Amino acid sequence: MEANDKTVLICRGTGCESAKSPAIQTELMSGLQGSDVEVKFTGCHGMCQQGPIVIVEPQGTFYANVKLKDVEPIVGSLKNGGGPVEKLFYKDPATKEGLSTYHDIPFYSRQKRLVLQNCGRIDPEDIDDYLAEGGYEGLKKAIFDMTPDAVVQAVLDSGLRGRGGGGFPTGRKWKFTQDAPSDTKYVLCNADEGDPGAFMDRSVLEGDPHAVLEGMAIAGFAIGAQKGYIYCRAEYPLAIKRLQIAIEQARERGYLGKGIMDGDFDFDIDIFHGAGAFVCGEETALITSIEGNRGMPRSRPPYPAVKGLYDKPTLLNNVKTYANVRLIINNGADWFASIGTEKSKGTAVFALTGKIANSGLVEVPMGITLREIIFDIGGGMLDPNKNFKAVQTGGPSGGCLPESFLDTPVDYDSLIEAGSMMGSGGMVVMDEDTCMVDVARYFLDFTEKESCGKCVPCRLGTKQMLDILEDIVEGRGKPGDIELLEDLAVGIKAGSLCGLGQTAPNPVLTTLRYFRDEYEAHINHHACPAKQCKELITYHILDTCVGCGLCRRNCSTNAIIGEQKELHYIDQSLCHKCGVCFEVCPPKVFSVEIRTGEVKLVES
Amino acid sequence: MTNSIKEIDGAKTIFVIGANTTNAHPVIGQRMRRAAQNGAILLVANPKEIDLVRVAHTFIQPKPGSDTALLMGMCRYILDKDLQDQAFIDEHCENFDEFKASLDAFTPEFVEEITGVPWEQVAKVAHTYATNKPAALFYAMGITQHSHGTDNVMAVANLALLTGNIGKESTGVNPLRGQNNVQGACDMGGLPNVYPGYQNVTIPENKAKFEKAWGKLMSDKVGLTHTEIFDAIYEGKVTALYMVGENPLLTEANAKHVREALENPDLFFVAQDIFLSETAQLADVVLPAASFAEKDGAITNTERRVQRIRKAIPPRGDSKPDWWITSQIAQKMGEHGFDFSAPSEIMDEIASVTPIYGGISHERIEEVGLQWPCRDENDPGTQYLHKGKFARPNGKGQFVPLEYKQSAEIVDAEYPLILTTDRSLYHYHSATMTRRVAGLEELDSNEWLKLSPADADQFGIEDGEWVEVYSRRGKVKVRAQVTDVCPTGVCSMTFHFHESPTNEITNPALDPVAKIPETKVTAVRVEKVS
Amino acid sequence: MTNQINFTIDGQEIVAQEGQNILDAALANDIYIPHLCHHPDLKPVGACRLCGVEIDGGHMTMSCLEPVREGIDVRTDSPVIYQARKIAIELLIADHHMDCLACAAAHDCDLLTVSAYMGVQPERLERLRKTERDLPIDTSNPFFQFDPNKCVICGICVRTCDEIVGLGALGFIDRGVSTVVGTFGNKPFVESVCESCGECVVRCPVGALAPKKPEFAAREVQTTCVYCGVGCGIYLGISGDEVVSVRADRERPTNEGSLCVKGRYGFNFINHPDRLTKPLIKKNGEFEEAEWDEALELIASKFAESKGEKFAALASAKCTLEENYLIQKFTRAVMGTNSVDHCARL
Repeated sequence: MEANDKTVLICRGTGCESAKSPAIQTELMSGLQGSDVEVKFTGCHGMCQQGPIVIVEPQGTFYANVKLKDVEPIVGSLKNGGGPVEKLFYKDPATKEGLSTYHDIPFYSRQKRLVLQNCGRIDPEDIDDYLAEGGYEGLKKAIFDMTPDAVVQAVLDSGLRGRGGGGFPTGRKWKFTQDAPSDTKYVLCNADEGDPGAFMDRSVLEGDPHAVLEGMAIAGFAIGAQKGYIYCRAEYPLAIKRLQIAIEQARERGYLGKGIMDGDFDFDIDIFHGAGAFVCGEETALITSIEGNRGMPRSRPPYPAVKGLYDKPTLLNNVKTYANVRLIINNGADWFASIGTEKSKGTAVFALTGKIANSGLVEVPMGITLREIIFDIGGGMLDPNKNFKAVQTGGPSGGCLPESFLDTPVDYDSLIEAGSMMGSGGMVVMDEDTCMVDVARYFLDFTEKESCGKCVPCRLGTKQMLDILEDIVEGRGKPGDIELLEDLAVGIKAGSLCGLGQTAPNPVLTTLRYFRDEYEAHINHHACPAKQCKELITYHILDTCVGCGLCRRNCSTNAIIGEQKELHYIDQSLCHKCGVCFEVCPPKVFSVEIRTGEVKLVES
Repeated sequence: MTNSIKEIDGAKTIFVIGANTTNAHPVIGQRMRRAAQNGAILLVANPKEIDLVRVAHTFIQPKPGSDTALLMGMCRYILDKDLQDQAFIDEHCENFDEFKASLDAFTPEFVEEITGVPWEQVAKVAHTYATNKPAALFYAMGITQHSHGTDNVMAVANLALLTGNIGKESTGVNPLRGQNNVQGACDMGGLPNVYPGYQNVTIPENKAKFEKAWGKLMSDKVGLTHTEIFDAIYEGKVTALYMVGENPLLTEANAKHVREALENPDLFFVAQDIFLSETAQLADVVLPAASFAEKDGAITNTERRVQRIRKAIPPRGDSKPDWWITSQIAQKMGEHGFDFSAPSEIMDEIASVTPIYGGISHERIEEVGLQWPCRDENDPGTQYLHKGKFARPNGKGQFVPLEYKQSAEIVDAEYPLILTTDRSLYHYHSATMTRRVAGLEELDSNEWLKLSPADADQFGIEDGEWVEVYSRRGKVKVRAQVTDVCPTGVCSMTFHFHESPTNEITNPALDPVAKIPETKVTAVRVEKVS
Repeated sequence: MTNQINFTIDGQEIVAQEGQNILDAALANDIYIPHLCHHPDLKPVGACRLCGVEIDGGHMTMSCLEPVREGIDVRTDSPVIYQARKIAIELLIADHHMDCLACAAAHDCDLLTVSAYMGVQPERLERLRKTERDLPIDTSNPFFQFDPNKCVICGICVRTCDEIVGLGALGFIDRGVSTVVGTFGNKPFVESVCESCGECVVRCPVGALAPKKPEFAAREVQTTCVYCGVGCGIYLGISGDEVVSVRADRERPTNEGSLCVKGRYGFNFINHPDRLTKPLIKKNGEFEEAEWDEALELIASKFAESKGEKFAALASAKCTLEENYLIQKFTRAVMGTNSVDHCARL
């Protein structure tokens, strides 16, 4: 592409598509018809709350929140050669300054995008775009210039660890599977991303599907497999569609199928649609599911590397793990090992969410601190007036870390030491208005519902813990419940069959470890310090009330009584604690107060 | 069975033809399903889509009565593709060339036309049976109850010989026997042509041997078969009948004829049973027998295993064990040789005159039984037959050239459907026992005519409706069940229910050798009960 | 020929067969390790998480899944094992309908065995939230019933129907704490492909799948099933002068412990009031009860008139070898004809 050729890139990840980016693309194309400006679409940029995102190359002009009505000025600026449309620039949440390119935006400037390098840059439905970025060079190098042993050794030397959450050294897994004797072996890709709020894998699949295919094919060459399956949840229709297109294009061009690149290596990939059970992200349940059975985990050993799909040696890695492979082959193990910490190499991708200014996907080198991610990249608290309280990593299997851990380096081992885990990459930021007992209850509610029901500790234990947590947040907690939760947690962790149950108590254990006083307040004083647990709070109108009637008119249960211009009060027996009075009371009056710990509870 | 039940576990191919194993032999059916799960290839050939089809790898649906064509077609395919076990044939078999010549008639086109099974499917089944060894073949009444049932059995044997699937573990020609001691009743000479141990009555040495053993002069003339007995009664040639534990009014083909025979006033008819069966009601004297739980003895199962039954409770009322009753009748007639005090003494006499039971005694079969041939007290019994050489005088397995024979009755405009008989999992034979078990009766309480949706449409019959089924011999009233289990043109009924006596309309045409009636192929029409 | 493996469990020397799992080896040596989901006929799954052991001081592992290995030192208890087991059994009891006195499995309940072994304390149980559940009992099958409220989701019934019966009539429905065992579409048993063989009922470790009328046999008699030609080995359970139950003979090669619905449940005809208890002689078209002597005399005299070709006998595939032998001997030697046959062809 010549320097003065302009290209407009419109994001068509799931988030931007739902914000009408396909229509914007159509408008852009018709507006720019006849001009020398090319319009292309790309995968996700990660900053979905700013979508739809439009980028104009070669300048890299970054337009956020583009609406249909914004197409006209963009087209105008492109056609007339005028300056960029400044009102569409991204606004820094702190300075309110408009930033015109990726490099200017702190959200991006502090990241290190390896796995996500093509996301938002190439057309995921066009293999030529991928090839132009060096696509399938890794595969070519592996099968023509390297032996399977050398490939496995490179992955070993790179220090790459499983990106699905467990962090098992990828090279060792490859070695085990390579060493398992069998004519038939399988390469599986775990794309059953199920953690609440996590969408790293989806973004990779939607934005750079060939990188995953290439990684799997390299793995197939290394371990001696001819067949691969991508287990992708059916809730990701766009990812499945793009994968399907990518597989077909790769087959057409000879990067998949018989005799890859005219060599003698055969490898093909099919997609298996998961039906949405969280536990199918567990490797043995995933395998059982592909075999056509109810997706329930099996006890290990034997590990899939020895006896996996259809009892054959099977290599199973996460989407992002495979996406890293070509980079290692292309750039060498040493290059990869130079990124990150001593034991955690490369980058980590997080879905940053919660009470944070910039939510979205971020890719950072291992070893960066939580503080850097949350405050530098994430831009700090969503409401700058609120204090940071905790950050939850690792999804339902992870834990909540308090402010004192903000300088913890983000790597597999440090997070585990702190009581949490890397997980597949969810990162939820919480502010002072978050009740930590309720957070624990939320995650237990998730694991309890997603437990497959096979083993006793998980099936009954998660339900028991959830019942107790519900009792606590609803004011029915009993002395001894904290000890009971701890007792159960130890038994469930030790006894459960698979990772789901073994880690299910983690949100409870970390909140008990760092926020035990909140539990005690709930149980002993019927108080929710964050004033979030409905059953433990009451709303009151202070005598500063000016009698404007705003709260009274908004109250859906007519619980607020008072004449205009006179002091109002709340009939507690009618109050549903929806909080609307608190919200509508004008800030300068600020006469509604939430109290906790004073509630008289009905004896149950 | 040439081989043993347990050997199913080791078979790589299991070919089930003309048998509804999960209904009629459920525990063997379980074992077959289990084997299929553990990697054996299960092939099923049946006119109906029986339950076993759910786990079968290949299912073919030949028309009723076409088995010889199917099996000979398989043989032809195997020879055409050179898949036969030529070394086995050369060493152990005879008459191969004559047999081979008879295959000329069974062209793919001919086999397809007769069986209605596409040739590729015939080929697939044959290929698997011939190459995925050891292959065990199982059949039941679907092969035998035909006017050419003997041919069918010979065709089965030809197939096993051709592929060397006999005389080895987990192979064999394995007929599944219906009743708990039907094998034993045959072994004991409960047949008109043989003494115990299949010693032919027409061979003088045999006659002499038994005359000596029993101290009486005997006939060297083959007696009447089951069906012939009723003809002879009808014609007044037989005037006394001693019937033990049978109910031919429900089980015999053309049962109407049986009723007419038994109503002959000149007949003296003694029935001996545990219940007053439909047939026993026509008797002059009925003798109350003890049930299996009330007596001692031994029975022989389908794999030739002689096993004990034991007295667990006293006989009900004045009922007596059958052995005691027969002995008493003989003694009342002044005969000797019937003064036994216990079944074990009878077994010792059996062993003394029956070479294949020569080593059997109650003492030796206490725990798990013994499989005959068991010739002396040191013989551990025989797990499978024809090991090393065939149990024929020259030690050779004999190929039999065959030609296709039509069933005795074929469909026409008046009787356009083929009725075939079947069994229910919940009932046993004429159901005198099972219908007296409340739970079994609850699970299956009446006869159903099963017919295909297309035929139901054709005859204007709704599921659950009462219909009458007409054959050239009469009609039965029954409720219709419209089901995909039956292909178009084929319907089926069991024969467990006296309210709908199926065998009053089935065809008594006999196989010329085995004298078995053709209950598997009856031409019928179905009419709505108006 | 399998090799012998020597190792120790809690210091006791054990000799086991290669391929055996530690749990089976322990049980064979009278060392009890708590378990609910294990059955020697079935492939182990490690679902109940009660049978944990530590091998050579390593992490807890399920003894049902762990093959015996030469020289290993197996410990059946440790603080971690105790904690995991204790929690598991307490959770099971808090989830269970404990109407033990009215339960069919009262005398043979693995849940009670485990809780007795663990010494479950009432005050610990009181801390737990009880599962509120009152699912309908499936009584559709005439011989057995299924009470999901007593089910411990061990999956033995599901695996039995799959691995032993080869049918797969049962599966798990729903998930997590709502998991229940059921037929396809959670229909009543009789509306499913279930063949009522009762193999699952026999193996249920608790009272979830139980005979409708549990009977206790005072003694058992080994015999052979009366029905089809398979000839399954059975034990008749006797109480007084009545057959009250049937149990499969695991040693008999014909069935190796399996039975079908007729064999297991079809014995009540023995006690049926329709049983003939007296000889009957037809007089003027009506049957009249007679004594044996009268009936036998009549038969002897009538048969004597029809010797030779005028006589025929039908032997029986339901009678014993000895009886069939006598019938044909009678026909041939006494009556002088070979016209004896039976229904082998039907």
